[in-house]
Formats: sequence, structure tokens, C-alpha cells
Amino acid sequence: MSYANLYEPPGPRGVRRNRVLAGAVTLVLLAIAYVVYVRFDEKDQWAADKWLPLLRGDVWATFILPGLAGTLGAAVAGVLLAGLFGLVFAVARMSEHAWIRVPAAAVVEFFRSVPLLLLIFFAFFGSYMVIGVNISAFAAVVFGLTLYNGSVIAEIVRAGVLSLPKGQREAAYAVGMRKSQVMRLVLLPQGVRVMLPALVSQFIVLLKDSALGLIVGYDELVDRGLNGIAANFSNVIPAAILIAAIFIAINTSLDRLAHRLGAA
Amino acid sequence: MEALLIEGDTILAAFWMTIRLTAVSALGSLVLGTLLTAMRVAPLAALRAAAGTYVSVARNTPLTLVLLFTGLGVGANLGVELSDDIATNNFWLACIGLTAYTSAFVCEALRSGLNTVPVGQAEAARSLGLGFVKTLRLITLPQAFRAVVAPLGSILIALTKNTTIALVVGVSEASVRMREMIETYGDQVIQIFLGFAAGFVLLCLPMGLLFGWLSRRMAVAR
Amino acid sequence: MFGRSLYAVFAVMVLATACGGGQDSYDSVVDKAKNEKKLVIGVKADQPGLGLRTPDGAFTGFDVEVAKYVAKQLGVEPDGITFKETVSANREAFIEQGQVDLVVATYSITDARKQKVSFAGPYFVAGQDLLVRADDSSLTGPETLNGKKLCSVAGSTPAQKVKSEYAKEVQLQEERTYSACVDRVLGGQLDAITTDNVILAGYAAQHNGKLKVVGKPFSTEKYGIGLKKDDTAGRKAVNDALEKMFADGSWTKALQASVGASGFAVPQAPQLERY
Repeated sequence: MSYANLYEPPGPRGVRRNRVLAGAVTLVLLAIAYVVYVRFDEKDQWAADKWLPLLRGDVWATFILPGLAGTLGAAVAGVLLAGLFGLVFAVARMSEHAWIRVPAAAVVEFFRSVPLLLLIFFAFFGSYMVIGVNISAFAAVVFGLTLYNGSVIAEIVRAGVLSLPKGQREAAYAVGMRKSQVMRLVLLPQGVRVMLPALVSQFIVLLKDSALGLIVGYDELVDRGLNGIAANFSNVIPAAILIAAIFIAINTSLDRLAHRLGAA
Repeated sequence: MEALLIEGDTILAAFWMTIRLTAVSALGSLVLGTLLTAMRVAPLAALRAAAGTYVSVARNTPLTLVLLFTGLGVGANLGVELSDDIATNNFWLACIGLTAYTSAFVCEALRSGLNTVPVGQAEAARSLGLGFVKTLRLITLPQAFRAVVAPLGSILIALTKNTTIALVVGVSEASVRMREMIETYGDQVIQIFLGFAAGFVLLCLPMGLLFGWLSRRMAVAR
Repeated sequence: MFGRSLYAVFAVMVLATACGGGQDSYDSVVDKAKNEKKLVIGVKADQPGLGLRTPDGAFTGFDVEVAKYVAKQLGVEPDGITFKETVSANREAFIEQGQVDLVVATYSITDARKQKVSFAGPYFVAGQDLLVRADDSSLTGPETLNGKKLCSVAGSTPAQKVKSEYAKEVQLQEERTYSACVDRVLGGQLDAITTDNVILAGYAAQHNGKLKVVGKPFSTEKYGIGLKKDDTAGRKAVNDALEKMFADGSWTKALQASVGASGFAVPQAPQLERY
């Protein structure tokens, strides 16, 4: 227990008191769960015909797995492009030349402030005005995910590099490296490593955000999975619980992976 | 440009909604997040487990789904009605959803802030005879808060942007208006986007600067 | 080394995203049907009775039946059709981009949309109506909605119309999907759902005995089949196919099979509007 320093180890009376309190807490939690159960039951949310379809193989094959593929596809493309965007703009923002640094900072600050939903709307409905072609829902989602998360990643990477001891840079120059070599071979790898936990949480944010693709009809877990299942079996709540559980399972395993990487 | 001028009032109303959602949910998340942090370091295993489960569920569910659960689950199925007026009801449900989601991130930030407080601080407090609640409230949490001003700022900015997802529970804020305007004034998509984006830059940029300044000012010198 | 392979991956990704989606172009949908014996048709995927993706991966509903009939007349057998989900927001874009050849997706013919796409049809004339709980006898039309709570799906304007023209005191709830609206009405939190009667009939059929369509339509929505703008030959061929479908009884049969279970009275086939 890393926080055991916040309280004394309880004595015999403390142990008894804690047991009573723990019982009370458990009771309160169970009571809340019971109320939720009863209220949902009144609305027939636990009816078997709403839950059984979720176990069917064809439901998974038609709705959930294609949805999962869509979510992961957008997320993987988003992670790679946002990572690239982040690296480029982090480096640009640390440039010694003002004419690179200032525009890079402006771009990063702009996209850090604009909600993802607006970016996706703009890409989807505005692409025809800007580049003369309508882009696909996938491209609109990836565009939004890239700029929105890329600008956050740029800031994370920059903070990572700035947190490194000055000696790293000085030593690199001392052995005769050029500016680009110092950045690429010495500073960036360490900066990224320091920030690995923050980067992984941002990637989890990105994965969850890909669910916003439903707004432009991109076939991801919420649109294809939840809405597709609910249209057939009118079981919005059960389907939503299942889809949320899938997201939680993926994200917690990513989290675990990150911790293991960080510890290694 | 005309679109933005003609619809000036509705745009302002939409951003006023964004600001209200942000303010209420920020306050709620700060309170709930602090409470969750206290629970996660509490002497009772049941409290720790409950808070830990809550945080990992809320943090790993897409906000779209969290809001769907507050709208359909809490609103329609639990029968929680906060107002007879649908718009007001939706506003409060959106605030509940945003708070439920954001407080998990506040909790994570505060917990890492607690880690930066040296062990000696809590030990000294205990040796003075302070119990768990007093140690937390008077000694460790205040220092933790000062250490995480910058991350809390990032969470607030993320919350401001996340209010756009309240359209899932039918709150008509900035993103709903932007969509409607794109449908009506299809030839001015770029101006409309830049107008709404400017609104968010105007909201978020000062927040970033303020929290950057605060975090430098309030940093605990060690 | 690590860096270089990473850059290569990025480069591939950028290229893949940049040239995503191969789109072929043709003068008329008739040519494509004749030459390739294949068509991509956009339908709704979440509307029971009209266009619904079922767990076996197939699409069912009245729109789908119309699409199959028209395709057959153009010389494309059912296994040459690829159905693609379209949502209200992307129908025009899908046609303009060539991602679909035809759209049969409760697609109302409007002047604004005619600027971007061509319409054949109408193949059905729907009207805005209300879906209420089967035991609710107080709601008999849009003007009885004062003080009630009405659900509609975001991005559609019909609910605003009810408020401005029929019942000023109605409260509006916007949802993302009709399934969510249905959940709320069945749960008693809201009182009615509004959209086109034939769409509502699909939900009434799905919840047989629990929901009913009021049956007093208060608008006219002409559903057309969307094609690429200025595809005159295609429009004529699709119209001819529809004419044949009306005449040989397939139209009535398809409609009866799709939404008849709700007690929806099958109307006369509409008059085509060739332009």
C-alpha cells in the first residue's frame, strides 16, 4: 500500500470500527445496485429477449466485429498519423528559427482548442468546398483524430524533451552531433520514453474518441454495433452495456500494457 | 460571413450553453474527483475498491456512451426527472454525465499529485495526532492540488471541448448549431467552421494561459 | 533503425489515407448495370420495415425490395447488388462521390437536394405522423400535443414543424436514433415520436400491440430514388422500372410484406414525376 502513510495502522478498536464501517459501505453500495436493478426491471430492461441476442454468433459477425474493425481501423490510423503530427510539430515548436516556431505554436494551440466534433463536421461537410472532393467518413474521422490528438501529443512530447537534463543536449553537441542528430538520436527517444504513460493515455482517449465517427455515419462500434443491434432487437441499454464493456476491456488492457512497458 | 452575422444571437446562445455546461460540470467534477481521491486512499478496503472500479470504468468508456447512459439509463429508466421542462432536464443530465466522466480524470490527476507529497509530510501530521481525514484535508491534499494545477487545466480544457458531445442527450450547444448552420448555409462551411473554432479558441486559450501561470505561481518549492 | 522503419510505416499510412476509396466514373447508371452486372445501392440500415440490416448480414424492408426490383429491370441480379448503409447526413455525398450508384433510403425529393442529385420516382408518398403507446387514446393528431413530450431524431426538422404549426406548448426531445425514442416512449417518459408514417409503421410492427401509428398524416413526403445529377438516361430507366413495379402488383406486395403487420393501410401507388 503506497498510501498507508496517511493513517495509523488501526488498533483492536479501530479494526472493529473499520469492520462496521466497511459493512455499512457495502450495504449502501448494494442498496444502490438494488434500486437500479428494480427500476430497470420495471422497464423490462432485464428481459431475456433483450439480452439473448447479444450472445448470438451472427449478431457478433454482422454488427459487433465489423464495428470493432471500424473502431480499431480509425484508431490505428489516428494513432500513427497523430504520432507523426505530434513529433513534427513538437520539434518545429522547439526550433531555433522563429519563422518555424511561431506558426507551429499557432497551429498546435489552435487545434488544441477546437473540439473534435467540429473538426469531423468540418472535414466531412467542408471538404468539397476546400479541396473539391467529398471525403469518406473514415477520412473525416481520421482527419479529426489526427489534428485533435496530434496537437496534444505535440505538447506531451515537447514537455518530455524539455524535462530532460541540460547535460544530455550538451553532451551530444560535445561529441560533434549536428542539431538534427541531437534531436533525433538523443532528445526525442528519451523525451518520448519519459512521457510514455501520458502518450498511452492520450491514445486511449483517441480510441474512445473514434466513437464520435457515428456522427457522420462511420461504421464503428457505437454506430454499427449499438445502433445496428438496437434497431433489430430494440435493446438500447443492454447493447450499450455490452459495447461499453468491450471498450473498457480494450482500454484497460492497453493501460496494463503501458504500465508493463513503463516498468521495463 | 453573412451566416455568422445573421445567426449571431443563436451562436452566442449556443456558446453560453457551452460555458454553463463547462462551469457546472467543472465544479461537480472537482468535488466528486476529490471525494473519489479520498476514497481511493481511505483506510477502508471497500471504499478503495468502489472508487477504483468507478474510475477505471468511467475513464475507459467513450463519453458518447457515458452520456447515453445518463440520458437513457438515469433519465428514462431510473426515472430521474430533474425538471418538468425537457430542455432543463437534459441540461442537468448532461452535467451529470460530464461530471461522472471528468471526475475520473480529476481523481487520477489528484492521486498522482498525492504521490509527489513527501512521506514525511503525512508522517509529521500523524505524529501530531491528526487522523486520516484531517491529514488528508489539511496537509496532503492542499499540497497535491498545488502540484497538479497544470494537469487540472488540461482536464478543464478537455471538458470544455467535450461539452460538444452533449448533443447526444439533446442539449443544443455549439456543435448542434454548427451542424444546423452548415445545412442551411452550405456555401459558407469554411467561415462557419472558423467562426465556431474561434469561439472555442477564445474560451480555451485564456484557460491554458491562466493555468500555466497559476501552476508556476503555486508550485510547491522543494 | 527503429526510427527509419517507423517513418516507412507513416509514409504508407499517409498514402493509404490519401488515395482511400477507388471510385469509378460512368456516364449513366444504365451503362454500369449493363456492362458490369453490378450495382452499389445505398439503403438505411436501422429502420425496420424499410431498410434494416439483420443479424445474418442481409438487408430487408420495403426500400430494399424496391431497390432489388429496379436493379433487376436494369439487368442486375440480386447477387450483383452490394447494399451499403447510408445515413441521412451522407446521402448526397455518397452519390456525388460515386460511392453508391443509387440511393433508396426514405429519401424525400426536395428542391434543395435536386441541386445536388437527380431523383427518379416518387415510389412512395409518405406523410408525417405520430407514433404513440397503443393504450394512449388522448393523442389523436399533432394539435393534441400541447403539454406533451415529443421525440424526434436529431438532424430532422419535422419536430420543429409540429411545434411551430400545430402545438406551441409541445416539448421536444432530440435523440440520435429512433430505437432510443421508442425506448423512451415505451418507458412512459415521452409521449410520442414523429416522422414519416411508413417509418413509424415499421416500429409499430416491431412492437406489435405496444405502439400504434395515429394515422393522420399532416404533410407529404415523396420518396425518390437518388442518382447522380444529370443522369437523364438513368432516371428514365429507373422510372420505367418503377412504373412496371406499380403495374404488376409487386409494389403492393412488397409494401404489404414489409409494414403490413402494423395494420398500415397500403395506399395506391403514387404518380411518377418525370422531369
